[in-house]
Amino acid sequence: MTVTQFFFYLIAALAVAGGLGVVLARSTVYAALFLILALLAVAGVYILLASEFLALVQVLIYGGAVTVLLLFALMLTRTGDLPEAMTGAQWPVAAFTSAVLMGLLIAAGATSDWPGDTGNIAIIPFETVGDALFGQWAVPFEIASLVLLVALIGAIVLARQEEGE
Amino acid sequence: METAAQQVPLEHFLVLSAILFSLGVYGVLTRRNAVLILMSVELMLNAASINMVAFAAYTAPQAFTGIIFAVFIITVAAAEVGLALAIILRIFRNRQTANVDELDQLKW
Repeated sequence: MTVTQFFFYLIAALAVAGGLGVVLARSTVYAALFLILALLAVAGVYILLASEFLALVQVLIYGGAVTVLLLFALMLTRTGDLPEAMTGAQWPVAAFTSAVLMGLLIAAGATSDWPGDTGNIAIIPFETVGDALFGQWAVPFEIASLVLLVALIGAIVLARQEEGE
Repeated sequence: METAAQQVPLEHFLVLSAILFSLGVYGVLTRRNAVLILMSVELMLNAASINMVAFAAYTAPQAFTGIIFAVFIITVAAAEVGLALAIILRIFRNRQTANVDELDQLKW
């Protein structure tokens, strides 16, 4: 087993453990902490795929901002009453559905004949990606900034405490 | 195009992404708290991003569209989380609960 393989399987195991924690943890705060573990492991996967910029963005936006926001929401929506069941009664159906979906996805991914060299990765220099982002994909990039602005204003309008409430 | 010796085949990344996505589906279907459902959705979005970046690195290094896709997925996920949390806070303020199975005004 080479170093790359070792790190891949280590990071994959961490990601799956984090994911299991997110969906199975009995405490909401533990679920959020497991989510941080899973998201950081995904950042590690990006590094293994030679996309270090994406790994940085993942740590900053997901590992930092998004999880802090989720923890804030957990804090603000605490009812403080008795510990209640975290999962609904439909879990056998859900487990069956997701197991079938997982089987189908794995079968499709493993048996398909992918084009290109599926044994080696090509290192994409990030200058090229930056050039493309501000050249070929400039319009979607600007639209994404509009989406963020609209979401920001919408969130403020929705969450604002109105007079007399 | 520089290539790195990589011993992990593409399929293993796809399997990891499939496992994470299915876990997210399970969480969305079973969790009662709206914030926890949102976390499971984040898991699914990340699984999709892994797929995009893996395909970009392995099969189409000249197009690298997968990386651009992943950047946009992260952007839209940030916007989505902000809006969804505002809606959850609003619901909590009106109904004193963030459990989706108690929000049954539309049920008759």
